[in-house]
Amino acid sequence: MSDAAKRSFDILLVLVALFAGWQALYHVAGETALTSPAQTLAYVGELLTTKGDMFARHAWETGRAFLMALGLSYAIGLAIGVALGAHRLSGAVAEPILVALYSLPKVTLYPVILLVFGLGLSAKVAFGAIHGVVPVAVFAMNAIRNIKPAYLKTAKTMRLGPFQVVSTVIFPAALPEIVTGLRVGFSLTLLGVIIGEMFASKQGLGFMVINAINLADVETMMAVAFLLFVAAAIANGILLWIDHWLHKRV
Amino acid sequence: MNAGASGNGGGRAAAELHAELGGVTRVYPAVAGYRPVHALGPVDLDLRRGEFFSVVGPSGCGKSTLLEVLAGLQPPSEGKVSFEGKPVHGQVPEGVGVVFQEDASFPWLSVWDNAAFGLRRAGVDSAEIERRVGDALAFMGLKDFQRAYPAQLSGGMRQRVCIARTLVLQPRLILLDEPFGALDAQTRLLMGDEVLRLWRRTGATILLITHALDEAAMLSDRVGVMSARPGRFLDLVETKWPKERDSTIVSEAGFGEVTARLWHHLRGESLKALGQSGAAAAGGRAEA
Amino acid sequence: MSRIGWIRLAVLAALVALLETLVRTGIIPYKTMLPPSEMLTALVRLLAAGTATRDIVQTLTCVGAALVSSVVAGFGLGVAIHRFPRVRRALEPFFATYYAVPFFIFYPVLIAIFDLSLLPIILMGFAFAVIAMCIATINGLDRVPRVLGKVARMHRMREFETALRMKLPAAAPHLFTGLKLCVAYSFIGVIASEFILAPSGLGHAIAYAYNDFDNRTMYALMLFVMIVVVTLNMLLHGWEQRLLKRWHGR
Repeated sequence: MSDAAKRSFDILLVLVALFAGWQALYHVAGETALTSPAQTLAYVGELLTTKGDMFARHAWETGRAFLMALGLSYAIGLAIGVALGAHRLSGAVAEPILVALYSLPKVTLYPVILLVFGLGLSAKVAFGAIHGVVPVAVFAMNAIRNIKPAYLKTAKTMRLGPFQVVSTVIFPAALPEIVTGLRVGFSLTLLGVIIGEMFASKQGLGFMVINAINLADVETMMAVAFLLFVAAAIANGILLWIDHWLHKRV
Repeated sequence: MNAGASGNGGGRAAAELHAELGGVTRVYPAVAGYRPVHALGPVDLDLRRGEFFSVVGPSGCGKSTLLEVLAGLQPPSEGKVSFEGKPVHGQVPEGVGVVFQEDASFPWLSVWDNAAFGLRRAGVDSAEIERRVGDALAFMGLKDFQRAYPAQLSGGMRQRVCIARTLVLQPRLILLDEPFGALDAQTRLLMGDEVLRLWRRTGATILLITHALDEAAMLSDRVGVMSARPGRFLDLVETKWPKERDSTIVSEAGFGEVTARLWHHLRGESLKALGQSGAAAAGGRAEA
Repeated sequence: MSRIGWIRLAVLAALVALLETLVRTGIIPYKTMLPPSEMLTALVRLLAAGTATRDIVQTLTCVGAALVSSVVAGFGLGVAIHRFPRVRRALEPFFATYYAVPFFIFYPVLIAIFDLSLLPIILMGFAFAVIAMCIATINGLDRVPRVLGKVARMHRMREFETALRMKLPAAAPHLFTGLKLCVAYSFIGVIASEFILAPSGLGHAIAYAYNDFDNRTMYALMLFVMIVVVTLNMLLHGWEQRLLKRWHGR
């Protein structure tokens, strides 16, 4: 067996073990706590077919909020990160503040968001964005800060104009790290939007989950959570692949 | 031709055998799509007690492998290794000290604690530790830095810390694996003087691995010249320097002769090694 | 304090002063935000009255339990996985996905299994933190210089002693990073869980005050959480800097 095949086999083994653990948990904890893998998959099928309209409406709602939040996270995060990376003193002043913001349990701030934005779309978009902004900014800042001085000196000796320096040296050199930040920001923004929907919305997948919990509808809760898991894992896999590819080139 | 097996007659017939390699080879087994690599040998080597022996060779010729086999850090694929008449087997024998090329000082310990490391482990009593560590640090010129941490020192000073750490254990055979490889040329000459002082004072046998011809020529009683991979001894050069010597020897007439003879062998081998590494990069991977 | 430290303090003070004026002049409505000075007095009163003491003790106990268990388990897991490269290669994709999926959705499952006790809360904090510690441990062990292994063999050390005297101190900076993440993630996991569903605790108290239109208590408690998290963060950061200074000089 080749090396890659062996690895794929091992990964499959871990997946099987995870499902086996899930099945075992189902037997221990019982019907009221969770559904079995088979039941969950069956209900996922139902959600995507007979209940497709309802599910699509909620999924669209989440997707829309997520895209808006992601746009905000990326735009604000990159602006802050690039500015702090370019201006060394500001970066040094701001870094510990950013780290402190990152480690803050942002759920605590949730009521403030609600007070400012009210219930609805803007609240969950804002909540998603505050989760995503910080990692995007921190990675972008470090990406620009850590560009090797030799690159910039080389650019100088070639007498590149400021626009050319940015487009041919700074941007390509900083890109891999920036993309890592965008990947982390992607995951956290999704997390923020889902939490936002759980408390401040009557629509979206987060609402479906919390509503199912309140109605003790274990089937829906498990199926939606499972779909969210799979979607997040696939998106992360793709981003991770791009991330690795960019890092390998540099 | 094998080092020590011949050409060691004359004035030092009484020299006592200290460590020995007999017909040693080292083949690294195949890993993940790469062919096995025949790194070393077969080589024979007789180290005499108290001598200063250097091994020079082109990069990648298996010099460091030779040292690690002698130290017991790697098993030989074939052949036998012995130190003070006892076979070396699976672990570093007591009485052997190794200083590596990489900086191996412990950044989490002060210079003093670095030097005292081995003695504390061995449970030597504190007065004796105090005495031996103080002595070694003074000898290596580290007395004023004993409270410093390695990160505060230069590369040369850190390598001295590693030497001091080995020295306090009073090794009878000291193996130096390109310890000054990362230092600049001037510092290297000065460190060479330090090693000569250390050698005279401790009376230990020293085996030095180096790629620097001048270093080998200046420090050694004998120099073994190794071929490109798989490394074997091509020649053995006796320098006949007096025991009391230092780096000023580079200006003596004989010095040029010795280095010329070393370079005579090494030029061709280095060229081969250059081609080898190019070929290895291009097609070293086995087609599985 | 350094010049940068003073600038940072000045920037933060200016931001607080700005918020204070904005609320006092009514540009930000009073029912949305309290002036920072009033948050502080409310917090002092709350602490003096002792009404929040029970929640504070509960939350800090849960965070402590989650922190200790995740650091110990994450370290042990990291060491074990590092020893078996094949297991490690199979698990890597799962580690890379772990923080990208919203697994807190399964908090209700834990409640269904363990009832509404402290255990599900601690488990969530643990789950958030443990993988970060595990990854940090693996990274740290990866970066232990190979030459230290040779030095250990020169001193004829056995495996356990090599781990204790060489690998552990050499990996310490990475382990410290793991510890810092564990502190942040334990807080996030515990407070987020309390916020979603819990009988008591700071997260619950904040959510409760929000639903009760009791902004004074809400902001006081938020301020408390922020102060605790930021202070802990600063202490760890200072400690880490001292460690790194010794490590890398200057």
